[in-house]
Amino acid sequence: MTIPVVSMENISFAYEEKTILENVNLEIPRGAFMGLVGPNGGGKTTLIKLILGLQQPNQGSIRILNQPVRQFRNWNKLGFVSQKANAFNRGFPATVFEVVSMGLTAKVGYLKFLTKKHKEKIMQAIDQVGMLEYARENVGNLSGGQQQRVFIARSLVNEPELLILDEPTVGVDQENVKRFYDLLHQLNEERGITLLLVTHDTGIMTEHATDLVCLNKTLHFHGEPEVYTSLSGEDLSRIYGHPVNIVTHNH
Amino acid sequence: MLADFLQYDFLRHTFLTGILIGIIAPLLGTFIVVRRLSLIADALSHVTLAGIAFGMMMEKKFAVTFLTPFYSGMAFSVLGSILIEKLRGVYKAYQELAIPIIMSGGVGLSVIFISVADGFNTDLFNYLFGSVSAVSQNDFLLILVISIIIVGVVALFYKELFTLSFDEEHATVSGLHAKRIHLLFIVLTALVIAASIRIVGVLLVSALMTLPVAASMRLAKGFKQMMFLSVIFGELAVMIGLISGYYLSIPPGGTIVMVSIVILLLSIGIKKLRPNLSKVRESE
Ligand SMILES: Nc1ncnc2c1ncn2[C@@H]1O[C@H](COP(=O)(O)OP(=O)(O)OP(=O)(O)O)[C@@H](O)[C@H]1O
Ligand SMILES: [Mg+2]
Repeated sequence: MTIPVVSMENISFAYEEKTILENVNLEIPRGAFMGLVGPNGGGKTTLIKLILGLQQPNQGSIRILNQPVRQFRNWNKLGFVSQKANAFNRGFPATVFEVVSMGLTAKVGYLKFLTKKHKEKIMQAIDQVGMLEYARENVGNLSGGQQQRVFIARSLVNEPELLILDEPTVGVDQENVKRFYDLLHQLNEERGITLLLVTHDTGIMTEHATDLVCLNKTLHFHGEPEVYTSLSGEDLSRIYGHPVNIVTHNH
Repeated sequence: MLADFLQYDFLRHTFLTGILIGIIAPLLGTFIVVRRLSLIADALSHVTLAGIAFGMMMEKKFAVTFLTPFYSGMAFSVLGSILIEKLRGVYKAYQELAIPIIMSGGVGLSVIFISVADGFNTDLFNYLFGSVSAVSQNDFLLILVISIIIVGVVALFYKELFTLSFDEEHATVSGLHAKRIHLLFIVLTALVIAASIRIVGVLLVSALMTLPVAASMRLAKGFKQMMFLSVIFGELAVMIGLISGYYLSIPPGGTIVMVSIVILLLSIGIKKLRPNLSKVRESE
């Protein structure tokens, strides 16, 4: 068996006294397209922060690419598009090219400049997300969906092995959401990038994801998305603590 | 018109210093504006005033001459900047609180030092509103060194400063040392402010850092272009402001800021015209 990209063992985490995560065991297999769902405040963003090393667990161990997270230094192998990514300062005068180039800042390192080769890579990443014709436009003038593509390109430019997206399609219209998932699908299938995607849209997960995880303090479900959507309303309200409706998409 | 500036030593030093601060103030100003920290420049200029007043007091009351107000102003400014960065760490959710704390501290100290130093005098007036005749050769040389350092550091750390200004969380995740770079940046800002104060004055120095940026922001595509335009606007404002201030016997702080505002208004006007211009070009 290949080594998982992320493996979390017995993780617990609390902000001060408030326990957010309890005994979470999770492996993200290489090449997976994992959907992460759960109620608001269920700890999804917190789980991601633990993976990214922004918070340390109170208990348990996390390994990233087979290294303990504390010793992990190769952060550009992980791409991250935050829940707040499109809450950036829209008046910030940066072109698409400039934003994507920021993905390389840490990788290139201090006191070094971007070379021609880096610039080609930046253009490639912009091309991959289909934004080439906007490369010289200010990112603040783009639509929400286009901006999300730019932020994905900023991660792709590092050729990450794992791409983490925290509710990337909030505020993106239905048509563009579909194109967005097609892009993710393509990155996963063709480039073999492992994906961890937080979403409230379980319907679309059945179409694209290989694994689905439901988190509300602890892991309540881990399996195929089809199984999750076939759960009865009672099962789900047990997980969520309140009644829920499943959104299904029939394309 | 430039004849006097080339002929008299003191004017020449002022003029050359003007060229330098016309570059460095808007250069750092671009980062300050996009990080929404415009008021930090004001806070630091008031701390610098406290340092200047401290230097004057030492001169007058204790006959300490090696510590000129210019140097003590610079020292206070740098210390103040480090303090602001620390306070921003303490009040994480209310980072802007650091600004009024430092600003009022600066004004409070200034009042005390000024009154101990026997109150208001023309020197102080020059520090508040700028002066065309205040730059000595030594001051100029120090400002030259500071300018070289600032342009060098901004060039070397451009991508880090830019990346952090745009999205601090993402920058931190990718492994940048946000704290150290912020500290470096704010110390540079303190140096620019102290260097600019002789010409533009305490009360108006933040304008030279922000107004050219505000003007170029409306016109530029992308960050580099905005930086470049800001420096051009800043340079224009300083040159026109210095020369007209000298001939009209007005402190240059006032004229420089007024020129900056005219540039800003023009850029707003041009922006309104430009959509039509580009349409014309397309139909050709
Ligand atoms: N910085 C913080 N300090 C204290 N508590 C926090 C902090 N960040 C989050 N929390 C708490 O942790 C809990 C989990 O938050 P988290 O952001 O992980 O939820 P989430 O599953 O991502 O929710 P959503 O679907 O709304 O994004 C929430 O109850 C929240 O109040
Ligand atoms: Mg969240």
